[in-house]
Amino acid sequence: MKTTEIKSILQQLTSVPALSGYESRLHETLNALWQPYLDQTSISRVGSYHALRYGKAAEPRPRLMLTGHMDTIGLMVNRIQDGFLRLTAIGGIDARLLPGQMVTVHGKREIPAMIVQPPPFLLPKEFQTNPVPLQHLWADCGLSADQARQQIQIGDLVTFDQAFLELNNDIVASPGLDNRASLAALTVCIQELTKHQPLWDSWFVASVQEEETQVGALSSAFQIQPHLAIVIDVTFANSPGSPPHKTYPLGKGITLGWGAAVHPYLYNSFKDLADQLEIPYKLEPMPRRSGTDADSLQTVAQGIPTMVIGIPLRYMHSAVEMVSLKDIQRVARLMVEFIDRLDVDYLEKIKWDETN
Amino acid sequence: MGRNQLNQTLPAFGAAQIRLLEKLSNAQAVSGDEGEVRKIVLENIRPNVDELRVDALGNVLAIKRGSADSRLKVMIAAHMDEVGFMLTAEEDKEEGYYRFEVIGGIDPRYIVGKVIKMSHQELYGVIGSKPIHLTPPEERKNLLGIDSLRIDFGSTSNKAKIGDRATFSTRFQKIGDLLRGKALDDRLGVAILIELLKYSYPHLDILAAFTVQEEVGLRGAKVAAYALNPQVGLVLDCTPAYDLPLEVEDSEPPPENSRYNTKLGRGPAIYLADRETLSDPRWIAHLVQTAEELQLPYQFRQPGGGGTDAGSIHLQRSGIPSISLSIPGRYIHTPAALASFVDWKNTFHLAYSALQRLTANIFTQER
Repeated sequence: MKTTEIKSILQQLTSVPALSGYESRLHETLNALWQPYLDQTSISRVGSYHALRYGKAAEPRPRLMLTGHMDTIGLMVNRIQDGFLRLTAIGGIDARLLPGQMVTVHGKREIPAMIVQPPPFLLPKEFQTNPVPLQHLWADCGLSADQARQQIQIGDLVTFDQAFLELNNDIVASPGLDNRASLAALTVCIQELTKHQPLWDSWFVASVQEEETQVGALSSAFQIQPHLAIVIDVTFANSPGSPPHKTYPLGKGITLGWGAAVHPYLYNSFKDLADQLEIPYKLEPMPRRSGTDADSLQTVAQGIPTMVIGIPLRYMHSAVEMVSLKDIQRVARLMVEFIDRLDVDYLEKIKWDETN
Repeated sequence: MGRNQLNQTLPAFGAAQIRLLEKLSNAQAVSGDEGEVRKIVLENIRPNVDELRVDALGNVLAIKRGSADSRLKVMIAAHMDEVGFMLTAEEDKEEGYYRFEVIGGIDPRYIVGKVIKMSHQELYGVIGSKPIHLTPPEERKNLLGIDSLRIDFGSTSNKAKIGDRATFSTRFQKIGDLLRGKALDDRLGVAILIELLKYSYPHLDILAAFTVQEEVGLRGAKVAAYALNPQVGLVLDCTPAYDLPLEVEDSEPPPENSRYNTKLGRGPAIYLADRETLSDPRWIAHLVQTAEELQLPYQFRQPGGGGTDAGSIHLQRSGIPSISLSIPGRYIHTPAALASFVDWKNTFHLAYSALQRLTANIFTQER
C-alpha cells in the first residue's frame, strides 16, 4: 500500500481520542477500517477489539494473535476552582510539555481549553522559575465558575488538541501516534492480506489499557488462546537530547525486539524474513521488560511464544509525536509475509533445544 | 440620556472586526519582519486616510486631518510586531534539527512540545523533548532551556534557512465570548486603530502609527513619534491579566489574588504607571470622565513593571503627554492569549469616544 493511503488511515485513527479505560470511541473507526476485510469481529469484556480472518488449513487450525494497543495517554479533570481546572495524567506525561498546550475537555460538550502555568507570584517559590508540576498547572476554558460547574465535572477526560501535521518525506506528527501508528500497520496488514490465502487463523486485536495495567492484551490472549502472539508497538526514535544507544533512527527501518519477553525462535524467523525481504531493521535489546503488552501476554495461561515489533517514534507521549509512514509500511509488509508463510507445522519447530 | 441611547451613538463593532482580527492574529510578524501585518494594515486604511507612508524601519504612518480650523495633533500607536523565534544554526544535517533563539519575552517553559510555523512559507516544525520513559524523575525537575531544544522539521528536504523567523502555529478561534489566538498582543490594538481611522474627528489631526519592533525595545515608536511630531500620544496595547486563582486549598473563604494586574471582562485597562512611563494625568482624567459619562466599564492597570510604546513616545522631541489604554489578555507571549470580546469592543468605544471629545483645552491646563 502506498504511503499516501497509509497516511489517510493514520489520520482516521488519530482523529478519535480514546484514553486508557475509555477506548470504545475507537470501535466505530475500527469497524470501518477492519470489518470489510475480515470474517468476524467482536468486543471483549474489557473493551478490546477482536477481529478474525479464518485460515485455509484443515481444522483444528493454529491461531496467531497480532495485537497493538488502542489506548492513548491524556489527562483527567480532578478539581475545579473558580472556573479553572486541575488535571491528573492518564499514562506517563512529562509536565514540562504542558504549559501552552491546547486541549479539549470532554464535558457536557467538547470544550476548548489551554493548559497554563500561573504567573510566578501565584506559585510556590521553588517553581517560580523552574518547571511547574502538574498539580500547580491549570486548564483555562475561559468559563466562569458557574459555567464550569454546569458543563464540567471531576473525571471528565482531557485530550490534546493538536492537528495532524504532514512534514516532509513521509514523516507525520500528531498526538496519539503511540499507538495508532501500530494500529495503522495492522490495518494495512489486514487489507493487504486479502490478496493472500494464509493457512493459520489470524486474530487481530486492538487492546485496551496498555498505558496502565495491560488488562486488554492479557484478557484477549486468554480468550483467544493463540499459539503465537506478535505485539506491535512504537519504540523510541532518535531525537535531540535522547541517548543514541537507546534510540533508533526515524524512517530508516523497524526494530525487532530481543530479550526475555521475546521467544528467540520467533525473533530469528522475523530476522531471516526481514533479511530476505530486504526490510531494514535493528535489533532492539529488551534486557528485562519490553515495555509493551508482550510483558503481560507471554505469561497468559500456559504461556505464549511472543514477538515484539517496533515502529520508531520521536517525542513519545507528547502532542507532537512523530513517525515515518515508511516504517509503518515496512511493519505491515513484514507481518503479511510472515502470516502468508506460516506452515501448519511451524509450531513443531519452536523447540528450545533447536533454538539458540 | 440612558445607557441604551448613549450606546446607539457608538459605531458598530462585531463580526466584521472579528474577521479582521482573525486575519491579523494568524499573520506572522515577528519583530523586524512585520511585512505580513503591514500589508493587511495598508489595505485596510488606505481609503480612510489623507497621507500614508512606510518609514525607514517599516512603521506605517498615516495622517487623517480634521476639518476644524484649530486642531490637536494626536498620535495613536499600536504595534504590529509579535514575539517569535529565529533559526540560528543547522544542527544535524541528516535529521533537519535547527538551533533557534527567541525574539521578545517568551518563557521557555511554554515552548516545549509545541508546533511552530515558519514565516512566509507553509512549513511546520516541532519542538519536542526526550520522552518521559528515558528521563529519570529527578531530571524532570530541570528546566528545558532554549539551548537544549531544537526545531525539528522531520527531514532535511525543507526550505528553512538560518535567519528565518517563526511563530507558534496557533490558529485564531472565537470561543464563546472569548478570543483566543497568538499575537493578540497587539493585534487587538492594531485592529482597533484600523477601525478608529474609519471615522472623522473634526477637531483632531489623527497621526496613526502602526509600529515595528515594540517587543525588542519600543524601537519603531521612537522614530514614528519624531516623524509625526504630535502634541499628545495615545497607545493601544494588550496587557497581562493575571487573574488566576490563588494556590490555596484549605482556607475558607479563599484569600483573593490581589496582584492580578488586570482582570478579564472588567473593561479597558487605563495605565497609570509602568516601568517606562508615568501616564499624563490629564489623559487619565479624560479617559475616566469619558468612560463614566458613557457608562463604559474601565479598570486601572495595577501600576508596576512592564512597558508600552508610550515609553518611547513621551520622551520624543520636547516631550509628548502620553497614555496607554490596553485590552487585558491572559497568557500573552505564549502559544495563545485569551481576551474578552467585550473588553476589546469597550476599548474601541472608549478610545473612539475619548477622541471625539478631545480638545486642545484639556492639555492647556497644567498637569
